[in-house]
Amino acid sequence: MPASDPQTQPNSLRAGPDWRGRFGTFGGQFVAETLIPLVKDLETAYEAARNDPSFHETLAYYFRDYVGRPSPLWFAERLTQELGGAKIYLKREELNHTGSHKLNNVMGQILLARRMGKTRIVAETGAGQHGVATATVCALFGLKCVIYMGATDVERQKPNVFRMHLLGAEVKPVTAGAGTLKDAMNEAMRDWVANVADTYFLVGTVAGPHPYPRMVRDFQSIIGEETREQILEAEGRLPDYIVAAIGGGSNAMGIFHPFLDEPSVKLIGVEAAGLGLESGKTAASISRGRSGVLHGNRTYLLQDGNGQIEEAHSISAGLDYPGIGPEHSWLHEIGRATYVGATDQEALDAFQLLTRTEGIIPALECAHGLAHVMTLAPKLPQDRIIVLNLSGRGDKDIFTVAQHLGVTL
Amino acid sequence: MSRIAARFAALKSEGRGALIPYLQAFDPDAETSLALLRGMPAAGADLIEIGVPFSDPAADGPTIQAAALRGLAAGATLRKVLEMVRRFREEDRDTPVILMGYLNPIDSYGPRRFCADAAAAGVDGLIVVDMPPEESDLLAADAAANGLDVIRLVAPNTSDARLREILPEARGFIYYVAITGITGTRSASADELAAAIPRIRAASDLPVAIGFGIRTPEQAAHASRTADAAVVASALIHTLAGTLDNGRATKDTVPAVLHQLRDLATAVRK
Repeated sequence: MPASDPQTQPNSLRAGPDWRGRFGTFGGQFVAETLIPLVKDLETAYEAARNDPSFHETLAYYFRDYVGRPSPLWFAERLTQELGGAKIYLKREELNHTGSHKLNNVMGQILLARRMGKTRIVAETGAGQHGVATATVCALFGLKCVIYMGATDVERQKPNVFRMHLLGAEVKPVTAGAGTLKDAMNEAMRDWVANVADTYFLVGTVAGPHPYPRMVRDFQSIIGEETREQILEAEGRLPDYIVAAIGGGSNAMGIFHPFLDEPSVKLIGVEAAGLGLESGKTAASISRGRSGVLHGNRTYLLQDGNGQIEEAHSISAGLDYPGIGPEHSWLHEIGRATYVGATDQEALDAFQLLTRTEGIIPALECAHGLAHVMTLAPKLPQDRIIVLNLSGRGDKDIFTVAQHLGVTL
Repeated sequence: MSRIAARFAALKSEGRGALIPYLQAFDPDAETSLALLRGMPAAGADLIEIGVPFSDPAADGPTIQAAALRGLAAGATLRKVLEMVRRFREEDRDTPVILMGYLNPIDSYGPRRFCADAAAAGVDGLIVVDMPPEESDLLAADAAANGLDVIRLVAPNTSDARLREILPEARGFIYYVAITGITGTRSASADELAAAIPRIRAASDLPVAIGFGIRTPEQAAHASRTADAAVVASALIHTLAGTLDNGRATKDTVPAVLHQLRDLATAVRK
């Protein structure tokens, strides 16, 4: 870790989590006893790795030569003109190898899994971006790879399922529940508990039992660190707004975290409002959920009055999760970040706008972030700066979008 | 003395271990589930574990997952499960009842109110699968104030050092999860159990129950002798599921499960 390690600085919003793995009241290690030795081993191994300069050197090498970092910060001039307000920059995470920010985290964790001597990797996936990224690094290092994916998602993300097969991963469709990301997460945890000796559970977002939320955030923080340097170079100052879409919240946490101690930078997370925040068909855990415990952590969850977890809804499989990372729940409660919603329809409109103005086809996930930029930018003067984390490319979504536009492919 | 302590003390003087059957509340409906609960003591249950249905039972295998879904479809809520225990207690004042489930329904109910209501309904112990000792401060004080035992779980990969750390604060009995895995899948071998139980005994004087993977009368008898109790869950639910017609109870449902319970009890008492 660099000398400016915020964990050692007083009064920093970047100091979390505490020794119990908590951000305020959120986070923790709510797992079965069988998993306790595993999460504690992981905690120890990660602590050792992050204090080992050679780990960071190795990660930097793979980030540069395999992932393709740094990703550019692109001034979206035509989009800015079209919206007629603040200047809009796009952090081009969709240009990473495998087409999304997911590889940042996967690269970090796979190096850790190798340090720990694990030979089998399991992961959950929603849209398939995390599954593809995981299958990719498993191919790179010759590790056995099992991906759990909800049966509904297998159906609506066929190209990614085929990619994972090509990469040598075994994709196990999960039929429990609604067959989406939450159910895939349950099944991956069941696999982990049954294969404690050789298996590494490669969580794809800033959720799960401690140390996952912290570790995934650290690996994704490269997004915000680069953004900071790049915007200073381009504009000579920090941005006024940073906007990112939120499912579990890893791309948002990655770009937010290096700016948490910069009060002038407003942070906005955009949740999937599905058919509308009032519709009951959303994935907006902060806007429509309340604190509870699921998948190893306390956080905001979509749940009924009896504490049963509700199914999320979003056009975007990657946002279709009834929870959110615990650090986001905390940032919401202390008011450091603001969480808003964008509907399926608003995301579809944003998807088309970016495609036509900038020649960039965004993933439906980050189209939600862009949808909010479309309402925010026109209200702001032209000297304001917005950075949108463009977390993934939209090739995987063209079938879904075509269907909604009434086009048969 | 708590009902749990009294029951284990009585069995010790009888010179045998306990049989602890499990049922999922409201599986497949409220009435059948209550009838099953009421029939269990006479069929040989020494203590009873009631599963509280949860939407995301991440530590359970397919059999109990399906039971939880049936229970939820039949309208199970934590409040209604407590009501079921209260009705059971009208007829049975001695058989200890342990609720087993996941934390979120309790968290949603409110831990303080839940502990008070559970004790008032006649619940004796709680097993909260996703609440390890590290997180148990959420319930510990309220449970203790209401005389509820929070049962600690121990697994094959729990180290001796950790046993010494977490078992001094254990209450009621120790639940040994016999395999690293989910419910209703593999079984531990006799050798594995013989090696594990003394490790727990070295760290606690409380009775030890073995659960996960106990399906047959022979396995139940062996576990109840190796430790102090055998928990049988998925095997009974598997039988229950086999009697259902389109997910609904039939006239065979309660008798079939109780018949199997009698066979298990006979073996444990031999």
